[in-house]
Amino acid sequence: MATNTQIPVADRRAPVMEPGHTFVTIGEKVSNIVLKRPISLGWVLGFFIMFSLMNMLLFALGYLFLKGTGIWGINIPVGWGFAIINFVWWIGIGHAGTLISAILCLLRQTWRNSINRFAEAMTLFAVACAGVFPLVHTGRPWLAYWMFPYPNTMNYWPNFRSPLIWDVFAVSTYFTISLVFWFVGLIPDFATMRDRAEHPLTRGIYGILAMGWRGSARHWHRYETAYLLLAGLATPLVLSVHTVVSFDFAISIVPGWHTTIFPPYFVAGAIYSGFAMVLCLAIPIRAIYGLEDFITMRHLENSGKVMLATGLIVAYGYGIEAFMGWYSGNQFDSMLLWNRLHGPYSFWYLSLLATNIVIPQLLWMKKFRTSTFWLWVISLVVLVGMWLERFIIIVVSLHRDFLNSSWGMYYPTKWDWMTYTGTIGMFLTAMWLFVRILPMVSISELRTLLPEAHVHEAEEVKQ
Amino acid sequence: MSESSVYGLMAEFDSAQELIAAAHRTHDAGYYKIDAFSPFPIEGLAEAIGFHKNRVPFVVLVGGIIGGLSGYLLQYYVAAITYPTNIGGRPYHSWPSFMIVTFEMTILFAGLSAVFGMLALNGLPMPYHPVFNVPEFKKASENGFFLVVFSTDPKYDDARTREFLKGLAPRLISEVPS
Repeated sequence: MATNTQIPVADRRAPVMEPGHTFVTIGEKVSNIVLKRPISLGWVLGFFIMFSLMNMLLFALGYLFLKGTGIWGINIPVGWGFAIINFVWWIGIGHAGTLISAILCLLRQTWRNSINRFAEAMTLFAVACAGVFPLVHTGRPWLAYWMFPYPNTMNYWPNFRSPLIWDVFAVSTYFTISLVFWFVGLIPDFATMRDRAEHPLTRGIYGILAMGWRGSARHWHRYETAYLLLAGLATPLVLSVHTVVSFDFAISIVPGWHTTIFPPYFVAGAIYSGFAMVLCLAIPIRAIYGLEDFITMRHLENSGKVMLATGLIVAYGYGIEAFMGWYSGNQFDSMLLWNRLHGPYSFWYLSLLATNIVIPQLLWMKKFRTSTFWLWVISLVVLVGMWLERFIIIVVSLHRDFLNSSWGMYYPTKWDWMTYTGTIGMFLTAMWLFVRILPMVSISELRTLLPEAHVHEAEEVKQ
Repeated sequence: MSESSVYGLMAEFDSAQELIAAAHRTHDAGYYKIDAFSPFPIEGLAEAIGFHKNRVPFVVLVGGIIGGLSGYLLQYYVAAITYPTNIGGRPYHSWPSFMIVTFEMTILFAGLSAVFGMLALNGLPMPYHPVFNVPEFKKASENGFFLVVFSTDPKYDDARTREFLKGLAPRLISEVPS
């Protein structure tokens, strides 16, 4: 019965990989993007633009180090502005990469195999961008190492009861584990690249990175165990990172921050924006580099479904926030709700509802889920929406303090905008380089998807 | 000892299915010092060549325990012994606040143990290895499936082992110089 109902469903969906591929063609197709494909004018032009944006970031940060955080729009009462908004936004984007590589690995979702590599790269670059912000927000970033516990002549130690120190540990662990997870996944592919490279220098570089990987059965066995354990460790880790980020807010007593819904709502929002970024990158990349065989409509549609599901969790979070504002009877909470809807930032709150809740409902319709154009547009809308969400959470909660005498307004300055767009440049510069120097789809994991890769133990016994 | 110039004999097979069958038969024939090479992990191949002692999970467990303990003890030492500060009237040993760093340190140490433990147990990095001397071995990262019987195996004999491997119908047999 089960099999009877499964067959038509499977037929209707796009395959995980287009038919007709062999072990060799997979390696060829993926490695040729790096080894054979000439650098196009479009790539150089794009790289130039992104690299210029990244240099704008360096300029903005240089001026910041010279003058201090006064060049930003932050003030009292709005002490957390763009820096924290962007930090939360970027780190959330990273979450989809780990979700794809770790959680979907544990759930044995084979469709993850062709998108995990570049989703993990996206995670690393996004976390690197996120890391810039709290660092420069400290005001004296050259003393940021004081946040780490180490014996020092000042006889000073960090306060482990502060969520900001939890953040230091959560984010640095997240970056480290994401990096090694990514690297471990790359080792067998480095070996393929080494063996396919023709130029002695390229062969040497990939050879060093492959560390002498030779595909021994003993090695594969330990490798797979280590990979599975890393996936098992990264799964609670990724859920913890945005939970800890939400504690930065939830531990305080500011209205709109002091709620227990924050951890799950932040994690869902993170995955929501992360999948939006995955789609935003995957759709152009698969078209430009001809990877439609490996990144099929199935991947895009599934990502759309994940976005729809996590978007609904986020919508539930907004609903609960509004409900609690009314139900608690607390004047500050209900003031916050009123202020979001009718205060000076109400336009942005309504835009947030439109971009994060209303527009993504189009994904219920298969027509939108299977159109690359619409998926791309919706994912851009979600990225904007999730950024607005962090803006609303931070600015609207802070700008109306408990006493009217300490009310204020927040306006970002050009330095805020330059830093923000600069990190987008930094992220895309890294992405631009990644697609040209590393295999952006996991060759060895794609090979395991082929039917020839599976052995039949039953026949074995008979022999 | 006399065959020290030969590392072993290498047989190449056409598919994963043939390789695993050959590995089973070689192991059953009493050759225990053998290894198999493939471009992707093949389920059951490690067991087929008689590899059962996988110590990676143990290394990860030890790493995780060390990470968790050191994370907690560090916080206890800092907050209760060497630098006690009154934060919101909480006790110095306020363990609920210490849980997050303890958790992160557990994951960090366990994850790094998984990676470095796996590499160390595999003996990597190892840029040179005798199997790379065989020109066909380039395909081991592409579509080649190889079985090697090491010359250190007590049952190893140049002629007889070659004869045995021929019986497995490989595509090619080559000698691996050491």
